[in-house]
Order: sequence, then structure tokens, then C-alpha cells
Amino acid sequence: MALIEYRDALNQAFAEEIERDPNVVLIGEEVAQYDGAYKVTRGLWKKYGDKRVVDTPISEAGFIGMGIGASMLGLRPVMELMFWSFATVAYDQIINNAAQIRYMSGGLINCPIVIRGPANGGTSVGATHSHTPENWLANIPGLKVVCAATAYDAKGLMKTAIRDNDPVMFMESTLLYGEKGEVPDEEYLIPLGKADIKREGKHVSIIGHGRAILTALKAAELLEAEHDISCEVIDLRSIRPLDEEAILTSVRKTHRAVLVDENKPFCGVSAQIASMIQEKCFDDLDAPVQRVTSLDAPAFYSPQIEKLQFPEVHRIIAKVLAIS
Amino acid sequence: MEILAKQNAVSAENHDSSEAEINRKLTTADQLELLRKMLQIRRFEQVGLSKYQGGKMSGFIHLYIGQESVAAGVCSLMGEHDHVITAYRCHGHALAVGMTMNECMAELYGKATGCSRGKGGSMHFFAPDKNYWGGHGIVAGQTPLGLGLAYGIKYKGLKGAALCFLGDGAVNQGAFYECLNMASLMDLPVIYIIENNRYSMGTSLERSSVVKNCLAERGEAFGIEWAQAKGEDINEVRAVTQKAIERAHNESRPTILEFDTYRHYGHSVADAKHKGGYRSAEEIEDYKKNHDPIQLYKRHLISKGVLTEEEYTKISDAAKAEADASAKFAEESPLPDPSSIFEDVYFEVDRGTEAGRTGKHFFND
Ligand SMILES: Cc1ncc(C[n+]2csc(CCOP(=O)(O)OP(=O)(O)O)c2C)c(N)n1
Repeated sequence: MALIEYRDALNQAFAEEIERDPNVVLIGEEVAQYDGAYKVTRGLWKKYGDKRVVDTPISEAGFIGMGIGASMLGLRPVMELMFWSFATVAYDQIINNAAQIRYMSGGLINCPIVIRGPANGGTSVGATHSHTPENWLANIPGLKVVCAATAYDAKGLMKTAIRDNDPVMFMESTLLYGEKGEVPDEEYLIPLGKADIKREGKHVSIIGHGRAILTALKAAELLEAEHDISCEVIDLRSIRPLDEEAILTSVRKTHRAVLVDENKPFCGVSAQIASMIQEKCFDDLDAPVQRVTSLDAPAFYSPQIEKLQFPEVHRIIAKVLAIS
Repeated sequence: MEILAKQNAVSAENHDSSEAEINRKLTTADQLELLRKMLQIRRFEQVGLSKYQGGKMSGFIHLYIGQESVAAGVCSLMGEHDHVITAYRCHGHALAVGMTMNECMAELYGKATGCSRGKGGSMHFFAPDKNYWGGHGIVAGQTPLGLGLAYGIKYKGLKGAALCFLGDGAVNQGAFYECLNMASLMDLPVIYIIENNRYSMGTSLERSSVVKNCLAERGEAFGIEWAQAKGEDINEVRAVTQKAIERAHNESRPTILEFDTYRHYGHSVADAKHKGGYRSAEEIEDYKKNHDPIQLYKRHLISKGVLTEEEYTKISDAAKAEADASAKFAEESPLPDPSSIFEDVYFEVDRGTEAGRTGKHFFND
């Protein structure tokens, strides 16, 4: 197994799928000649050329819609948004067209597109560049929403997303791109809708997705070392479809749940999961479900302050201690 | 602002488009077929309107009556790899590409036998097997999709064009300009067909566009060839569209076409009978009397000795009978099963079901 960066794991996924399926094409701003704003598509244009790796003007509504139209004809476009925040400009296309064309056509038309790019702030880029839109999108039937936390997951989930026949919204994070992880040399796929137990534990279930998982793992280590509390860390990996079974199984085992979520708290992903837990395994709970989310305010520019807005390790520890 | 007369503005020239090569090639049967198509669209919608008013359906209906020559003319030129996409005023285009009245009427009725299984309604007719991609409710939202169809055609190395219809109101949406820039930049074989019926809902062209006498000309800013022509003359629609299709097929270049046309009824059923207000009764009367594409074509065919009054009546009656029969079919069709609410949302969920199979034939697997 090779130890590689998250961005390179994605890069490998693209290269393998481009080679496997002639309908796969990468499209977006700066994905080709510039090698990608975050170098996720590094080297692919040189290797696969203008047909498979395509630069676009700054026209999110136009090029995302173009990808959707092309996917209706059977292509499998992988569209890069320089930031997921800019999807707001293309929401008409994503929500009215990608998500609903299959339904409105009574199943006649498919839309096998992947729309991807970095979500979440954390790099001090201000409020317009730091959105965490998985809840905005997971609210729309017809879309799938994937959040990969590790290099291994990023590659396996991306390959599955590209082969999926529905529109998949794939959330990455600028802060994750440089994170290294083990990635096998042989091909593998990770199914959408299967959560992963990132750490086994007995006393509390910490459930989350995306970059928050790394924070949760750090918190779990400290809780084990300093408080002798054994935490199970469940990485959802996809918000829609959601692996309800994995969540419920873990909570039924530990009887306590702390949800970590870089989403905002109000109508956020963790709100959905908290509601689901109380509805489906209320009697198994020994304590109220706790949430550690981003603070309910736009992203701060000052890096020291912005940091406080995310679920930090000490906030997770405090919530676990409060119910242990 | 005045625009100088452009050589592109075909309508300014005084010529007979029936003499254009593409039209001279038409056999008598072909010409009667064009007339039949226009009449089918008209009778379908007239029956649809009366059923709507009889409480048989709900939602919107945006009638295409008065504009039939544009859809019928453009779609008559479609080859194997040419694709069509349009906005919510989609019945005419749907019938023009060969969808049946039954599946269309049943969709208006919201029945399981409708083309979209009752999930689309009047604005969302689809028939991908006929290269017909709908039927879209967001003004200009279909223009990027049309660009994508052109992208797919070019990507697959096919000689084809994406024919994307839009209204005079839609040209004021930003997404459309993104498309024009990319279409020209990427050499995509898309043809944007502006059906200028002079009104977007209740807002006249005079009140929505700063340059009023030509919308297609906006393509010049993007290096896109364009033409403005009389939409009421189906021969002219065909002649002008043919050139654009050739450009798409041979040069993979986009074109903007603007056809002036007119809708006899209101924007939708909400103002179907609306006469005053944003349009004068005289104006509507004038268009019905002097610019009705069906009457103009009928006169043309009679003058050429291709058609008689009796034959016209026969074709018209047959279209009416077909429309009536489709209403009966729709009425007698079952409602969708409530369990289908959760079908067609995700491909995977539908695997093995009929819904899952239908969309599948566009993929290799
Ligand atoms: C984005 C958006 N804004 C507003 C509407 C409501 N609306 C539907 S049709 C229409 C008028 C559009 O006129 P035009 O493009 O000229 O087409 P026509 O109706 O004349 O065929 C409006 C305002 C809409 N469907 N989508």
C-alpha cells in the first residue's frame, strides 16, 4: 500500500475511470492546463488531452448545466467546482435539472453526473468561500451526497460515484487535500450508503462525516488516554443515501451518541440524524443525543477566530464527558 | 436604439422561401404532412384547453396555438443525430418530433399512461427515444442543457445538432449568455431558436428588451452567426433552419435563429381568453386573420394546386378526431399508483422495475 495525499487518491480515481470508460470526461475551471486550483487533476490534461480534460470559462450555471445535458446523452461528466460555495450560482441547474429530470420524465432520462470540489472553510477565505452545503443538497430527492474523510475513502467513493447512474454531489475539503493516507495498489470500490467504523468503541458513539471525522478521532484518542472512555467513531461517508443501520447499531451498543458536523446546527445534517436516533432507538439511549456543529454564524476571516467556529477537539471531549 | 438592417435579416428580403432548395424537394405528401403536423398541434391544444376548462386537469397549460409553423418546420428537418429541447410551452415540439397525442394528452390528465407517467405534466413532456429532451419549467434553464446535448453530440463524433428553443423573454437570463460564450468558444453544434412571440407573460418585448427589433443579433457579441426570419411561413422556417443545421453538422458551429411569431391565446390558461390588458383585441385579431401559419400554408398549397378545400377539411377533421380520441384515452386511463411516488427518484432504487429499465438504454451497460 502506498501512502499518498487525498488529492492524489482522487487523481488516481479519475485516471482509472478515464481509462476504463470512454464516456468519462473531467470539466471545470482550471482543471486542464492549470492542473486544477488544488492540483487534484494534476497531470491529467497532459496525459489524456483536450477531449477528456476540459477547461471552462467562469460560468457555473452554464457549464454545470452543460454537463447535465451531456450526461442525459450518456456521458459521465465529472464537474469540478472551484469551491462548493460557487454551486449557488448553478443551483437552478443542480436542483431543477440534475435532481429532477429522472422523476419528471417518469424514469426515461438518467443523469449520471458527478459534481465535486472542496466544501467547508478552515483556510481563512471568508464567508463566501466557506460553505458546507451537504444539508442544502441532501434535502433534494434525486441527489446523492458523498463526503469522503480519508484518501482511501476518497478514491473508492469517487470511483463508485463516477459509475453511479444518478447525480452525485461529492464534497471534499481544501484542508483534506494534503492529508496522507494508505491507498492499495489494486483497484477497489466503496459503495455509497455504507458507513465505516473508523474506530471501535464501547461507551459512546461519535458519528459524523468529512473532515470532522479527523477531529473526532483525535478526541477519541484523548478520551481513551485521559478518561478511559472508549469511543466508537462512525464515518457516514455518504449523507444521502444514509446508512441508518450503522448508526442505530452503534448507538444500541454504546447507548450514547455525540454527533460531529461541520455543517451549521440549524436544519443541519446532525439535526436530521439526532431526530432519526430518537425516533428509532429512544429506549436504547442512556443520555440525550449531543451535537457538536459549526457555530451558527457565517465563516469568520481571522484564522484564529474561524478555528473556533468548527467542531474542535475540546468541544467534542466536553460533550462526551457531559453524558458519560 | 436602432439596428441597421442586417443582411442576415432574411425577413427584410422579399423572396419566396418555398423556392428554397430544401422546400423544392418536398413531395406533395411531404407538404401535406407539414400541414397535418400543424393541424395536429392545433387540434390537440384546442381539445386540451376545453378539457382543462371542463375541470379535467390542473396545473398550467401554455398553448402554442399560432406558433405551429416553428416547431413543425424545425422538427421536420431532424436527422438521426439531431436533438430537440425546449421550455414549458412544449406540446407543439413534442407532437412535431412524433410523440403521440395519447401519451401527451394522458400526461396533461396526470395519468399513468402519460409520457412521463403523470409526473411531468404540461410543461414536462419527454421522449428521449425520439431525441426529444423536454419540456423545462425554468425560463432559460434548458439553454445549458441544450449546450450539453451539443457537447455530447460532438464528444461522440456524430454529425448532429442540438436544437434548443427559447422565448423572447428567456434571452434576458444570464445563463443564456454563458451558453453563447461557451458554444462559440468550444465550437458546439447548438442552434438556439428564439420564438419571438413578442410577449413574456404580460410583458411586451418593448418593455423587456433595450434593443427591440432584433434579439438574435446579440449573438454577434459572441461571434455567432444568426438569422432573423418570418416564423409564420413554414417554408421560411425550414430554409433558415436548414442552413443552421448544415453549419452545425459541417462546421460544428452554433447559430442563433429568431422567428417572429405570435400566440393566439394568453400566456397560459390563467389568461387564455385574455384579450385586453397587455395586448389589444385588434392586435390579436390581426394576427389571427393575417398571420396564422396554418391558414398561410393552406393558401400557399391551394395556390400551388397541391391541396383542395375538401382535402384540408379532411386533414383538419382527422386531427380533431385524433385529439378527441386522445382525450377519451386519457380519461379512461388509470391514475398512477401511489407507490410510484418513490419510483424514478434514484436509478438504483428502480433497478429491476420497469422505471429502472427505461432510462437504461442510453448507457453501454
Ligand atoms: C426563472 C423563471 N422566472 C420566471 C418564471 C415564470 N414564467 C414562466 S413563463 C414566463 C414568461 C417567459 O416568456 P418567454 O421566454 O418569452 O416565452 P413564451 O412564454 O413567450 O413562450 C415567466 C415569467 C419561470 N418559469 N422561471
